Amino acid sequence: MARRPFTRRKKSCPFSGPNAPVIDYKDTKLLSRFLSERGKIVPSRITAVSAKKQRELSRAIKRARTMALLPYVIG
Amino acid sequence: MAFYECVYMARPDVSPTQVEAITEQITSIITEYGGSVHSTEYWGLKSLAYRVKKNRKAHYVLMNIDTNNDGKAEMERNMSLNEDVLRLMTLRIEEMPEGPSIQMRAKARGDRPDRGDRGDRGDRGDRGDRGGDRGERRERRDAE
Repeated sequence: MARRPFTRRKKSCPFSGPNAPVIDYKDTKLLSRFLSERGKIVPSRITAVSAKKQRELSRAIKRARTMALLPYVIG
Repeated sequence: MAFYECVYMARPDVSPTQVEAITEQITSIITEYGGSVHSTEYWGLKSLAYRVKKNRKAHYVLMNIDTNNDGKAEMERNMSLNEDVLRLMTLRIEEMPEGPSIQMRAKARGDRPDRGDRGDRGDRGDRGDRGGDRGERRERRDAE
């Protein structure tokens, strides 16, 4: 663990814990945090979202895209 | 009977009162089949993330509905025939939501939930120190 002095390992999933946000396709503000600059879904190894929540999240993002709340591509 | 939430998008050149009429139409179909409309929300004329049938904006309406499958199917059939409705999505929900949806709450707070907040990705700041096994991946992102 103490490989490097300033390593901050083990980020916890942003959707688990006591007051975690609910994943909802209508919440574009929340979902857009998990999109890249190009509008792609950011992999969970970067955002540290758990596998279960990542599936839920990607489903929500895809629903939001269908209803034109979020873009399929930017630029 | 089951709970559904239905979001539809109406053409931008119809007036809010006409949108109201579409909502009324949905309500009448649902009640005809013995269901009920729990609540409706008009999100307003929102700009779309991409163009839909050459439109850059659309009226959004959310309806929380308690209906059986026949009522839902008939409502969806009717709305797909309606030229003013650009898109319709009906989802099964487990329970009726309490209070206004996140879209309405965001509007009440006065910030824009649609687009324009691409810089807001604050929780990705400390990605650099996640260990050295991701070097080439970051380079690829930079090249993009």
